[in-house]
Amino acid sequence: MEILEKIPTGIRGFDEITEGGLPKARCTLVAGGPGSGKTMFAMQFLLNGAINYDEPGVFMSFEEKKEDLAKNFSSLGFDINELAAQKKVSIDYVRVERKEISETGEYDLEGLFVRLDYAIKKIGAKRVVLDTVESLFAGLSNGAILRAELRRLFEWLKDNGMTAVITGEKGDGAAITRQGLEEYVSDCVVVLDNRIYDQVATRRLRIIKYRGSVHGQGEYPFLFDELGMSVLPVSSLKLEHKVSEEHILTGVKDLDAMMDDVGYFKGSTILVTGSAGTGKSTMSASFTEAACKRGEKVLYFSFEESPRQLKRNMRSVGIDLEKYEKQGLLKFHATRPTEYGLESHLLLMQRAIQEGKPSVVIIDPLSNLVMVGTLLDVKSILIRLVDYLKDWGITAMFSSLTSGTGTEFGTIAGISSIIDSWIVLRDMREGREIKRELIVLKSRGMPHSRKIGQLVFTDGGLKILT
Amino acid sequence: MGSIRMAKKITKQKKDTKDKKWELRLYVAGNTPKSIVAIDNLKKYCEEHLAGQYSIDVVDLLVNPELAEGDQILAIPTLVRKIPLPIRKIIGDLSDKEKVLVGLDIISA
Repeated sequence: MEILEKIPTGIRGFDEITEGGLPKARCTLVAGGPGSGKTMFAMQFLLNGAINYDEPGVFMSFEEKKEDLAKNFSSLGFDINELAAQKKVSIDYVRVERKEISETGEYDLEGLFVRLDYAIKKIGAKRVVLDTVESLFAGLSNGAILRAELRRLFEWLKDNGMTAVITGEKGDGAAITRQGLEEYVSDCVVVLDNRIYDQVATRRLRIIKYRGSVHGQGEYPFLFDELGMSVLPVSSLKLEHKVSEEHILTGVKDLDAMMDDVGYFKGSTILVTGSAGTGKSTMSASFTEAACKRGEKVLYFSFEESPRQLKRNMRSVGIDLEKYEKQGLLKFHATRPTEYGLESHLLLMQRAIQEGKPSVVIIDPLSNLVMVGTLLDVKSILIRLVDYLKDWGITAMFSSLTSGTGTEFGTIAGISSIIDSWIVLRDMREGREIKRELIVLKSRGMPHSRKIGQLVFTDGGLKILT
Repeated sequence: MGSIRMAKKITKQKKDTKDKKWELRLYVAGNTPKSIVAIDNLKKYCEEHLAGQYSIDVVDLLVNPELAEGDQILAIPTLVRKIPLPIRKIIGDLSDKEKVLVGLDIISA
């Protein structure tokens, strides 16, 4: 059997979901609507090839002028003129101005072949991008000739051993591209789209077809940042995480006692829900302190308070977070939730985790993050996040703001099933006083107290009276 | 009969081209039947309508591929009217005489 060779795109995540990249010496169609990121995908494929894999590339643009392309390339941090001078990349801008052209009689697109051939030979190209070849249909009127010639062009690219990315504009309805290019480019078809929910754009990638290869199914979120494009593989949902028998103290002595005297399981995920001012952040800070005292690294994602404010507040209950920050054990990441879409947050968190290699991760509060996505998105993101943390054996504590009894969040987003331990904090009126209650709603794999505790803030930390 | 009427029409609508110079360039890729037809057609029309006022430069892109980019050549054959300006392009084997003459702005549509 012929084994399909693949070449890496260098696009983070993409090579993983395709198990190696794009089919070598084949054409791949990358389709999507305006602004879906087709050109960026194509550019990165080309640049990474030229710079990292010693495969020079020809970028043939049917839409953007050389100057505009150069600007786009420079947004990815590359000087295209320099790369051209080094013969790593060659750019050709193909313009068809319908008003200055008339057609009479038979013709073919040999001129295009000649140009491409010339550019390929000039730099010894291995990769080719045609972006967006469908523009030709606006410039030339004989669709039958164009179709036949494009088919010939794609075959020609294959015959010449080129690995090509051909971009196409999204078609109406079920059509992948406007001109049905998918009929000619049959080896690999990737569709990009950019949807907007609540004013937050979410980009997604789907592999519709990959002849002769297994590929990830479903939609993969992706994003662009200063490092270019990243695709987020949905992590293993196989539940094959290493399960730890070890425990990790909660940082609140009385809570340890409620949890079989051992605290949380190491590598588990803990949810702390409660209404405003019930002590969610203090729970997180206590847990942080306990971890730092053991000399473990903690990554604290704060989506509400600034680290300075948090540190000040925690000093009032006798927790000195600043000390651990100075020791390099504690690192804060404070971001405004609305700054990015949910997907971007997930990616940024994964990146920070990869860099910091913490053993404990705090997300305070998770509910703020939830504001920027739809419920379905939130669930899928949380599953991925929890999976990711478990893969790394990280113990995670999420706090979440709720109203009333404090269980709404868990039910609404349906995340209770992915949480190992769930602690509910709530206010109870007792006469003319409001008291804080703590309940261990669930804690997988251990006997835990079913009692309702009373949470008290002291200058020596949290105490629970049962 | 048809061809005579056509000739009349052309004479009627013929533009004042007396002191103009026509610089034409025809792009081909090798000696293909289409190219040969195009060259023959072009020479014929020029002799009929622009005698003594034109020059034709035939560029074979298989010999000079680097010249394709400058004039934005995609289709073969492509006829480019370099002078008079503005630049005009006609693609195809130039089999439709009237279209070619209109395209080159030798006669009005």
